[in-house]
Amino acid sequence: MDKIADNRAWFMVLPVLVLVAFNAVIPLMTVVNYSVQESFAGNVFFFEGSKWFEQVLHSDRFHAALLRQFVFTGTILAIEIPLGVVIALTMPRRGPWVSVCLVLMALPLLIPWNVVGAIWNIFALPDFGLLGRLLNGIGLHYNFTRQASDAWLTLVLMDVWHWTSLVVLLAYAGLVAIPDAYYQAAKIDGASRWAVFRYIQLPKMRRVLTIAVLLRLMDSFTIYTEPFVLTGGGPGNATTLLSIDLVKIALGQFDLGPAAAMSLVYFLMVLAMSWVFYTVMTQGEART
Amino acid sequence: MTRIDLVDLAHSYNPQTQSAGEYALKKTSLTFAAGGAYALLGPSGCGKTTLLNLMSGLLTPTEGAILFDGVDVTLRTTEQRNIAQVFQFPVVYDTMSVYDNLAFPLRNRGLRGAAVDLRVREIAAMLDLTPTLARKAKGLTADSKQKISLGRGLVRADVSAMLFDEPLTVIDPHLKWQLRSQLKQLHAQVATTMIYVTHDQTEALTFAEKVIVMYDGAVVQIGTPEELFEHPNHTFVGYFIGSPGMNVLPATINGKTAVVGGHTISLPRFYGKPLASTRTELGIRPEFIRISENGKGLPVRIKRVDDVGRYKLARVALGPLALNVMVGEDARLPADSAGIVFEPGRLHVYVDGHLVEGSA
Repeated sequence: MDKIADNRAWFMVLPVLVLVAFNAVIPLMTVVNYSVQESFAGNVFFFEGSKWFEQVLHSDRFHAALLRQFVFTGTILAIEIPLGVVIALTMPRRGPWVSVCLVLMALPLLIPWNVVGAIWNIFALPDFGLLGRLLNGIGLHYNFTRQASDAWLTLVLMDVWHWTSLVVLLAYAGLVAIPDAYYQAAKIDGASRWAVFRYIQLPKMRRVLTIAVLLRLMDSFTIYTEPFVLTGGGPGNATTLLSIDLVKIALGQFDLGPAAAMSLVYFLMVLAMSWVFYTVMTQGEART
Repeated sequence: MTRIDLVDLAHSYNPQTQSAGEYALKKTSLTFAAGGAYALLGPSGCGKTTLLNLMSGLLTPTEGAILFDGVDVTLRTTEQRNIAQVFQFPVVYDTMSVYDNLAFPLRNRGLRGAAVDLRVREIAAMLDLTPTLARKAKGLTADSKQKISLGRGLVRADVSAMLFDEPLTVIDPHLKWQLRSQLKQLHAQVATTMIYVTHDQTEALTFAEKVIVMYDGAVVQIGTPEELFEHPNHTFVGYFIGSPGMNVLPATINGKTAVVGGHTISLPRFYGKPLASTRTELGIRPEFIRISENGKGLPVRIKRVDDVGRYKLARVALGPLALNVMVGEDARLPADSAGIVFEPGRLHVYVDGHLVEGSA
């Protein structure tokens, strides 16, 4: 078949190019531009080369925020993924309760992020929040605005409450896609509950769980609104995760150069982690 | 070897509504003799799979009981019943190797080591799976997957019964023949009660000693292949068994005569006068209709003649009624109109679909 070559066809993709340019390329390039310059009063710029990058990579402050970030992401993944799978396994496969469960599960996901932060802030307030009063009432000295450990506990609880649903919904989607014949065959073969999970349910959920881990990994790495509203990064710097630190530098101190350099390092890190994780998961799948 | 009795067994997928039409399986009593080879034959949706799942314990019946060697197992689990079942669509555990797939039912029952290895290799050899034993069960062809499913069903030697739910549907015809004869051979060796569900009559008739024909949630006839062919109890059996099926013609019955399409023919037995409100029909297989050479008999028009190998199949019209007639390969047929004669002993009278015996 002869193809008609007509370069005017490029005009067809122009709208997409414009769109992508405005919402990705131009902002990103602006950040790249800032990252290699020193700015005064927001309108005078000097070229600085890799100075800001070196500064960020050697900064103790950045290392501390990064460590907190890893601890946070690791903790919530370790809780949300197994918990989500367990909840999905206990949900009914069919019947009138399915939609009830799905709506209940979707509810936390529908709440705006800053509202989630506000809800938990009020909920956990030690003097009149429900959770705070309760914990202090049973004799625990709980105050998330003063004690770092309490702040962490509240932060992790809030994230688990907010995002486990996503894992549940994804895992559930994987589970309901398993044909009944598999469960019937497993019964005939005398498979234990564990064997059913290990050899039928887990392999069939693998793909959606990969997506779930990936989404939670990226999301938790870039989390900002909820901890900002809940603790504002405090007490001290105890819950200052990467994004909160970044905003403090960029908007609090108006150090555009270091903030831009940090953004890029941060961005490349998330990208690299997602890529490595995805490659490992999909290669493992190809081998089996 | 287990005898299986079904006592007034009935099942509805909707436990609330109890109107007769809702039953996937209507009240059925049946006995499967120990070590018998049975085929459950019927069109899709007639309740074959329901019956099978009730026997294996995947479903709990709404009514009735199931006895294994006289012991009530109605409420026992699949595992307690110790049944093997192979499904229509292949189920393989694709993170395991082919070997582990076959060993799975044995290992789940606590068998280890040589006992497992021996059985797995035996079954693999029988199903031609030996070369693939070491590889993962993922990415195999539908054929191989179904062979693995079949293998998992056959691997346990001590089962009460083996149930096959259309296991060869997805397998290609050449292999189908081979596997079917292997199953038959296996049955001869182990004498386990085997029940084979299918909607393919050739499959049913070659595999089984006894065929159970089901229609619309009920068993309509149980018999040897010959009995089903020569003495269909129900017009459905006549129509379903045989290729092509029995000719079923609306007729008015009166004592020893029947009126078919305005022509009176005499019947070999006396049938009285069925009520006018009932539907009366005459059944005759295409094999038992002769085209008369001198034009005697019922006048028909020959519409089409197909050569189907060992015989010819003539499609003829008796007034508004269409019939199939089987004639010999070398028979010379008149071009347009002819006379047909029914072999008298092969005529069956059906009232509301059910065979009426008549009296001498």
